[in-house]
Amino acid sequence: MIGITSYGGYIPRYRLSRNRIVQNMAWYSPVIMAVAGGEKSVANWDEDAVSMAVAAARDCMVGRDRKKLDGVSLASTTLPFADRLNAGIVAAALNMKEDGVSNADFTSCIKAGTTAAISALESIEAGNKDSVLVVASDQRRTKMATMVEMFFGDGAAALLFGKNDVIAEFKGSHSVNCDFIDHYRGAGKEFDYGWEERWQRDEGYGKIIPQAIGGFLEKTGMKIDDFDKVIYPCYFGGTHKGIAGKLGINKEKVQNNMHAVCGDTGTAHPFVMFVSALEEAKPGDKLLLASFGQGCDVMAFEVTDRIKDFKGPNGITGSLANRAELASYQRYSKFRDLIVADLGIRGEANPSSALTVLWRKRKMLLGLVGARCRKCGTPQFPAMPVCVNPDCWAVNEFDEYEFADKEAEILMFTGDMLAASVDPPAIYGLIGYDGGGRTMLDFTDCDLDQIKVGMKVKMSFRKRYFDERRGFTGYFWKAIPQARGGDA
Amino acid sequence: MATGIRDKVAIIGMGCTKFGERWNDGSEELMVEAFQECLEDAGLERKDIQAAWLGNCFDEAGAGKSALPASMSLRLPNISVTRVENYCASGTEAFRGAVYAVASGACDIALAIGVEKLKDIGYGGLPEFNSLMGVVNQLWMANMTAPGAFAMLATGYAAKYGLDIDEVRKALAHVSSKSHANGALNPKAHLRKAVTEEQVLNAPQIAYPLGLFDCCGVSDGSACAIVTTPEIAKSLGKKDLVSVKALQLSLSNGTEFAYDWDGAHFITTSKASTAAYKEAGIKNPREEISMMEVHDCFSITELVTMEDLHISERGQAPRDVMNGFYDLDGGVPCQVDGGLKCFGHPIGASGLRMLYEMYLQLHGRAGDRQLKDPKIGLTHNLGGFPFMNVCSIAIVGKYGA
Repeated sequence: MIGITSYGGYIPRYRLSRNRIVQNMAWYSPVIMAVAGGEKSVANWDEDAVSMAVAAARDCMVGRDRKKLDGVSLASTTLPFADRLNAGIVAAALNMKEDGVSNADFTSCIKAGTTAAISALESIEAGNKDSVLVVASDQRRTKMATMVEMFFGDGAAALLFGKNDVIAEFKGSHSVNCDFIDHYRGAGKEFDYGWEERWQRDEGYGKIIPQAIGGFLEKTGMKIDDFDKVIYPCYFGGTHKGIAGKLGINKEKVQNNMHAVCGDTGTAHPFVMFVSALEEAKPGDKLLLASFGQGCDVMAFEVTDRIKDFKGPNGITGSLANRAELASYQRYSKFRDLIVADLGIRGEANPSSALTVLWRKRKMLLGLVGARCRKCGTPQFPAMPVCVNPDCWAVNEFDEYEFADKEAEILMFTGDMLAASVDPPAIYGLIGYDGGGRTMLDFTDCDLDQIKVGMKVKMSFRKRYFDERRGFTGYFWKAIPQARGGDA
Repeated sequence: MATGIRDKVAIIGMGCTKFGERWNDGSEELMVEAFQECLEDAGLERKDIQAAWLGNCFDEAGAGKSALPASMSLRLPNISVTRVENYCASGTEAFRGAVYAVASGACDIALAIGVEKLKDIGYGGLPEFNSLMGVVNQLWMANMTAPGAFAMLATGYAAKYGLDIDEVRKALAHVSSKSHANGALNPKAHLRKAVTEEQVLNAPQIAYPLGLFDCCGVSDGSACAIVTTPEIAKSLGKKDLVSVKALQLSLSNGTEFAYDWDGAHFITTSKASTAAYKEAGIKNPREEISMMEVHDCFSITELVTMEDLHISERGQAPRDVMNGFYDLDGGVPCQVDGGLKCFGHPIGASGLRMLYEMYLQLHGRAGDRQLKDPKIGLTHNLGGFPFMNVCSIAIVGKYGA
């Protein structure tokens, strides 16, 4: 049996009420009031498509051996590198093996996630691979006071495809590919350029999704009534309903488009909605997934008995529950670099990242891999040639030791108003890992007044800096204090 | 068997600029100002100096690399000049170089000079250093500043002793107001206004839980010393010699940062002070030390240092501070000249500026701040961060005391 063996999801903690956008920007474009309900998810200033993909991928791989992956595919239209494999960053953050794997970016279209999934399934069907992780993620910047600013949210989701312990069996696919342009983003452009909504709705979503699903049903002989959930993105509420009407799908069988809770997450959205559906699915449920973008991919799955015992990921439901309201539209605008605020002269330092160091220290910097001394057993970060234990000081006798999955406790911390930061104060501290080892990390996704010495933290892969002059995004790990909620 | 430095070297001249925002002066003017005072004090000429050491930290933002800035500015007679940089211990390191050179017999008369021109960067605080910490560290270390790195110590200290952070802040407020009271008496200090504990507590926050007045000033300045052997000093007609009793240095090896540490003290200071007392023949520092200049880059640094110098019991520094034990009229007056708090911290100069005050006090030349008959003075520098640092300690005193 071939199909899905695990899933994971990631919706960033910050949520921006659409009313907040209306309050700030309706003076400029009153039409945005039409979709003022609900809230959108907002990536923190130190998140991007790659970091969110890592979060979803790690969620999907909780309790699983990442060394057994034969490849990871990353689907996104907002990748930080045009030439440097972005999926390779995800793979390094997962500390995957490097030999005998095949990683790939699927990009330039918001249906790239399902396209990557079909490709993964085909390679498994062909017997070339056993286990492929497909992650979809998007963090699209939008101009102020636009409908897409209202509609779009940020997020990521991951699906693990394989042959063993399948929780949802793959039942076939069908694709339509056509050069229909509802919107596009030219190379080097910051924002989407879209045609009028009626074009996107009526000739785009409203025609192409039904055409592809119709084609799938005809090809496989299945009927729309066979399916317990039909999952397709479309942020125009009326059109989303209209598609169901066209295809004769019962209202309760249509997966919610999540406009109210996080907005449309772009390339990630078919997966985000699908993972939400999987989280509620029962054995025997049939799920039909469709995407949209220069055509449409349709994929069918049947949930197996194994879903009953399937546990582990935080998923979309879990990450939606970890919510903090972003109460300031200005702060949101700064996170997305839509407004210019002074970082100060202290923030001008701009050393280039040594590519040699990034290679030599890739496990440390991307995988948060340290060492454990073979003599005294002490876990330590960073790995150095001599053991840190003063009663040991063994030389070059280490095994690799992963800290990314370890919880830790705050030993000391501060909130620094002097440090140059997009979101002051810069919060950081010394943390001690469960099982040994300690280090100093930046903290993120937290409010200073919630933090105490002794509080638990979890590790999160984040964007550490962006070198504007050279276009380089640097990543490292930060600590997230485990204080739920909070308003920022 | 090492016998230590005690009474092998005497200080025969010192100089120190006024510290402050010296907008119209660069490293060269500052060094010459301190050096001229020092030469005059020693009664020597340039040609008498046989070797020199320069302490300077941020060469990128100031004088530039090597010891050439000192050799060229002071027009030293083509002698050996060595630049040392060891974070905030740089000034004391320059002094150590000169003292060891004399003690070894390699030369008779040596100069130690420290300088830092900080106010050529255009923003408050120390120059940004995250990008100067090495090609690997700059890619992962937390986005720290000096106040933030030391502020963490306050949270660690409060947690260790079960104190409310506000109790700690009260003691810290006394630390700062005491130093301001001393600095107000010192014409060479940068900040010369007294501040109340309320003012300290109500100041804007810089890095939780430290406010503006918990942080030392940022200044330009230079200080220097000329050293020789007691024998030569006497032959030059010097009386009431001030001699070096101990010079100790201790550096972190990564234990605090990556292995085990309570986050409430300085391992290095604890170790260096023990070694320094042994070298100086001091059995009970709380009784025997007459005065101190410790590295009060931040109020919390000074508070914790009182315990690492083994003068306050562990956990008892706040009590001693609140009891006025470290005030000018207390048991062991601390920051007699106003400290980094009021002088600011031109890094390379600070260690020598501290020694300058000890030297003035021991000679009875400290003006309104003069203590009654001090015999032994201790200076302390702490460079880097609480979890990864360089500690230097110098003890000086009356020759033979």
